[in-house]
Amino acid sequence: MLIFTLKRLLSLGLSLIAASVVIFVVVEIIPGDPARLMLGINATQDAVDALRSQMGLDQGLLARYWLWVSGMLQGDFGISYTYRVPVVEMVQGRVWVSLPLALYALLLSTVIAFPIGIIAAAKRGSWADWLVMGGTQLGVAIPNFWFAMIMVNIFALKYQWFSPGGFPGWDDPALAVKALTLPAFVLALPQASILARVMRSALLDTLSEDFMRTARAKGRTAKGAMVHHALRNAMIPVLTIIGLQFSFLLAGAIIIEKVFFLPGLGSMIFTAITQRDLIVVESVVMLLVFAVILVTFLVDITYALVDPRLRRRP
Amino acid sequence: MGLLQIKNLNLSIGDTQILQDISLQAEAGKIVAIIGESGSGKSMTAYCVNRLLPRGANVSGQVMFDGQDMLQLPEPALCDIRGADIGMVFQEPMTALNPVQTIGAQVAETVLIHGAAQKSEALKIARETLNRVGLPAAEFPLSRYPHELSGGQRQRVVIAMAIALRPKLLIADEPTTALDVTTQAQILGLLKKLVVEDGMALLLISHDLGVVADIADTIAIMRRGKVVESGPVKQVFAEMNHPYTRALFKASNHVPDRAAKAQETPILQVSGLVRDYILPRKSLFGAPPKLRAVNDVGFSIKRGESLGLVGESGCGKSTLTRAILGLDAVQAGRIEIDGRAVTAGEKVPRELRRKMQVVFQDPYGSFNPRHKVMRLVAEPFHLLDNAPTGSARHQAVEKALTEVGMLAADADKYIHEFSGGQRQRIAIARALIIKPELIILDEAVSALDVSIRAQILDLLAGLSDRLGLSYLFISHDLSVVRAITDRVMVMKSGKIIETGDTETVFTAPQHPYTKALIAAAPVLEKTP
Repeated sequence: MLIFTLKRLLSLGLSLIAASVVIFVVVEIIPGDPARLMLGINATQDAVDALRSQMGLDQGLLARYWLWVSGMLQGDFGISYTYRVPVVEMVQGRVWVSLPLALYALLLSTVIAFPIGIIAAAKRGSWADWLVMGGTQLGVAIPNFWFAMIMVNIFALKYQWFSPGGFPGWDDPALAVKALTLPAFVLALPQASILARVMRSALLDTLSEDFMRTARAKGRTAKGAMVHHALRNAMIPVLTIIGLQFSFLLAGAIIIEKVFFLPGLGSMIFTAITQRDLIVVESVVMLLVFAVILVTFLVDITYALVDPRLRRRP
Repeated sequence: MGLLQIKNLNLSIGDTQILQDISLQAEAGKIVAIIGESGSGKSMTAYCVNRLLPRGANVSGQVMFDGQDMLQLPEPALCDIRGADIGMVFQEPMTALNPVQTIGAQVAETVLIHGAAQKSEALKIARETLNRVGLPAAEFPLSRYPHELSGGQRQRVVIAMAIALRPKLLIADEPTTALDVTTQAQILGLLKKLVVEDGMALLLISHDLGVVADIADTIAIMRRGKVVESGPVKQVFAEMNHPYTRALFKASNHVPDRAAKAQETPILQVSGLVRDYILPRKSLFGAPPKLRAVNDVGFSIKRGESLGLVGESGCGKSTLTRAILGLDAVQAGRIEIDGRAVTAGEKVPRELRRKMQVVFQDPYGSFNPRHKVMRLVAEPFHLLDNAPTGSARHQAVEKALTEVGMLAADADKYIHEFSGGQRQRIAIARALIIKPELIILDEAVSALDVSIRAQILDLLAGLSDRLGLSYLFISHDLSVVRAITDRVMVMKSGKIIETGDTETVFTAPQHPYTKALIAAAPVLEKTP
């Protein structure tokens, strides 16, 4: 298990290096001089050159890559071309919206998906199964911006249980959680639908395994066999999906952030791209890549915890 | 009054009648064997006893166990009986255990479910039970996982789970079918010992008359959902009142007539063959360990000869086959086909490759279910430079099919329309179609029922006589190898440890391993 973890850590490090190179090169290839962009068309060549050397843009490719990476390692992500403030400051405020939102949505998705997936599998072919399969089909199909607007109409405008948008900050955690509830639910619904379906089919596969019959022959009830033997064996595909969903939720919430006026990473990266604020794009993308790779690493470790057979695999 | 009395048991699943009017009984301290070919309903009879039936099953009759009718009891009462009073052992030890739980937890579970003890006490019982089934603490701590054990060891764990609470009745559904002969002998010995020690009744289900002949007290022979003959083993074996019983005995001991004489010229010569597998690294640094699956193997097959290769699972039989067929690259050695050599690292050229064909064990998995038989059988034509096309191709397929006793019209059907025996005939037709000189039969009859097996053996013998084919006959079943081969090789841990004329090797084995193998194989006395 130790060797397994070390190997996974090594692969995590290598993935990060590879990702940083790709991101750096892609941003390099994009035409346009950031210094010129910052100073505007009317700036003198001298002013542009001065800024270039100040930003380190006149150095060689390798030197600039090192400058960028070593800066990030020290927590210095550079300064936004557009706003002239450190990227770290811009990101900090946003991460504390996007990360809790993603976790909240993931929590809701799991809490919704597990029981209905399990019920559908246990009562395969029954009306409950049909209901779950139909409902989840609908959940996947509904466009989330439309669903978001419906939710706002009902729960924010009609009943006024939640505010229709905005984020009050974390000074009062209860208010913050309340503000994130509707968007998290809207984000969670399609994810929960997918997860419930995966859970159902993984469980059905496991239920037909020989060891389930063994469990029944030992005297386990149908329910007992499901809880004690089927669930853990069905977790591998479910964990895979959860890992993918977290990565998606972290940065893929642009539309939902727009609908609910949330100051998250998604809307920030969207704005940065439209303003060609490349240093912000570069840094935030790197940050997201890091999050995704970290989640993949955690999922891998969880795999091995769930299934002892995976511990010895390279 | 016996412990278990089955009276007029009927079972149907959907519209299909599975069991008809079954009556059986089992007594404490005795072994009852149920014998039958696949589809005879022998397993379903067992599942009726502890009521682990598939959905849609409809049972009637009476299954009296320990004074209660199992068919009348509600599910919670059945759960109390299963595991505590009736233990069960299954055919497939590889999949019968939960892969993500330790063996200790799984054996202790039986105790815990029935509330027989607290957790620490349950683990102690688990430890004692594992000791009883021959898995001592030093080598097999409770913290082991199933994937760290061999098939035989896993079957011991399954048995431990079944007997942890000392049940009154143990049902064993083909408990040794998936195991090697030496392991089979050990497991049967263990079951017999437990019956004697605990005074429990054993319901032993098997397709193999040889397996039960030695240890069963009474026997019931089943066919198409009915018991055709039953009684004390000696009596049934001596009288054989029902024609099916006689047919079953005859098929089990079947030796096909063979007239083919081996010529002097060899078709295949192998020398110094080595095949290594690279294993996962044990440490972060250092070279990964290697497994030498085939170690310096050399032999030759003459034209028209049938050579047997026997050995237990993991001895390298299949790896050797793959190497000869050119499916895997070998690390060292030389393969000579029809006088032309292929050395290590080279690919086997097409014109040599077409001289060999192979028939695999699994008649269900070795065909693409979406293709018609015509296309399946014609597949090896890609090895020919100018393969027949159009009607010539059709005729070739039809000829190959009739050669193996199928109809020409079968070419238009899909593979699921055929039974296991028919599929194996089609597999042989597929091997024959490009007129090879050597056919490698890798456990080709192992999955078949004895009566079907006898037919296929006759077919193989006849084809060899007519077409002068050579066979490399690979099997773990010694009696079959003895019946169909001229010479035999015994393989162990990647090496050939004994070679000789089949009769000589079987009657006077030299190597201790060969002796052990032959001693462990169940032998059914030839009937008068």
